[in-house]
Order: sequence, then C-alpha cells, then structure tokens
Amino acid sequence: MVPLTHYLVLSGILFAIGTAGVFLRRNMITVLLSIEIMLNAVNLTFVAAGRQLGSVDGQIITFFVMTVAAAEAAVGLALVIALFRHRETLSPDAFTSLKW
Amino acid sequence: METAAFYIFAAIAVIASLFVVGQRNPMYSVMLLITSFGALAGLYVLLDAPFTAVTQIIIYAGAIMVLFLFVVMLLNVPREEPAPSVAAGLLGPTGLKIGAVLSGLLAIEMVWALSRLPSRYFNPDQAGQVSDVRNIGQVLFTQHAFAFEATSVLILVAMVGAVVVARKEH
Repeated sequence: MVPLTHYLVLSGILFAIGTAGVFLRRNMITVLLSIEIMLNAVNLTFVAAGRQLGSVDGQIITFFVMTVAAAEAAVGLALVIALFRHRETLSPDAFTSLKW
Repeated sequence: METAAFYIFAAIAVIASLFVVGQRNPMYSVMLLITSFGALAGLYVLLDAPFTAVTQIIIYAGAIMVLFLFVVMLLNVPREEPAPSVAAGLLGPTGLKIGAVLSGLLAIEMVWALSRLPSRYFNPDQAGQVSDVRNIGQVLFTQHAFAFEATSVLILVAMVGAVVVARKEH
C-alpha cells in the first residue's frame, strides 16, 4: 500500500520541475510544456485527495483542469505562432517591447 | 506489487519531466512529455480512477500533445538558440542560476512540508465508489452542470481566439 503522502510528494516534485522549466528555458514552446507539467502535478494532487476522501469531486475537477489546459494550449500556441511570424524567434527575451 | 508499480511510474514521470526541461530539442521534449503523461495515467489507475486515466491519455497525449507537435513541426525551430551575449552577461547566467535555486528551494520546501504530514492510507472499501464512472457522470451532470456548460463556452471562445490570433494578416 502507498500512503497519500507519497502521491503528494511526487506531485510537489513534478510541480517544482515545471517551475524550473518556466524559469530556465528560453523557448516559448518548452515554457508552455512546463506549464502542462505543473497542471498535471496539480491534477495528481486532486485525484489523490479525492481518493483519500472517497469522493469523485477530485476526478471531476481534474476533468475541468484538462479542458482548461486544452483551451490554454490552443490559445498559447496560436500566440507562439503569431509571435514567431513577428520576430522569427521563440526566445522570450526577444519580446520585451512592453518592458518599461 | 502496488508499491512497486507506484515507484516505477513515479520514477518514469519524474525522469521524463526532468528531461523535458533539460532537453534543447522541443521535438524530444514533446515526446518525453507524452511518456510522462502515460506514467501519470498509470498512477491514476493505481488511485482507482480509470476514467481519469483514460481521459489523460485521450485528451493530453492524444489531443494537446499532437497540437504541440504540429506547432513544433510548423515553426521548424529544431534547437533553442544560445543566449545573446549582452543578455547573457547581464542577466542570463545569474538569472538562470536564481531560477534554478528558487525552483530547487520550492522542491525541497514541498517535500519537507508534505513528508511531515501524518501517513494516511487509502480506505480500500471506497475503491468501488471512487472508480465508478456512472457515479462520476451523475455528479458531473447534476451538481456541476453549470460548470460543464460554461466549459463548452470557454472552448468555443478559445477556438475562435486561436483562429483569430494565428491568422495571417493581409
């Protein structure tokens, strides 16, 4: 048997890896992929907590998170395509026009 | 058996995610992320959530990652370019180091805080109740019906928005 804590620790580690990706990478696509890792870490927490509480609410909120992730990926990738047309690069350092 | 499966899936998920972040080629990153999602689907099966496991494979591995693959192939940027010299001298390495330290700290903090929780085991009697797809459908379409309908509007808006944003301007 695996206790709830193990799932939560695994989820924390995955979330930290996703954060590291957002901080460290200089490629917009990899940054979006890191956000997906973070969303999945949160999903794992929801499902594990729902299992602990004996309710399906954890799985239902995971379902909604997946839907929002799909919408986010579609809009985010459309933005990446538009930005790439504009600057011919994917490095976030190239898009600093709004920086004060 | 269950414990061994948990550790195998957890190791696959963590190692694949690490390589997603460490990889310079976005194509390999996407492939490794699909591996990681597959391992997470295995963990959902261990958590008595077969519906979520299948949704994970169909929506994440089947739809979202294919979208990412399409964009990676469309843009044809195989490698991440190295940091430009000015930014590298001014911000690059230090900024990267700070980011690495911060996320390392986050990992340590989370593991420390979560491992201090009292160790609780799942109640085996609730397995059937949680894994019942009929039960999930009933709760989804009664208690959460409004959220479900709102989601459909969200997806429509995202679809139209994606088309408008990615459209070529004439």
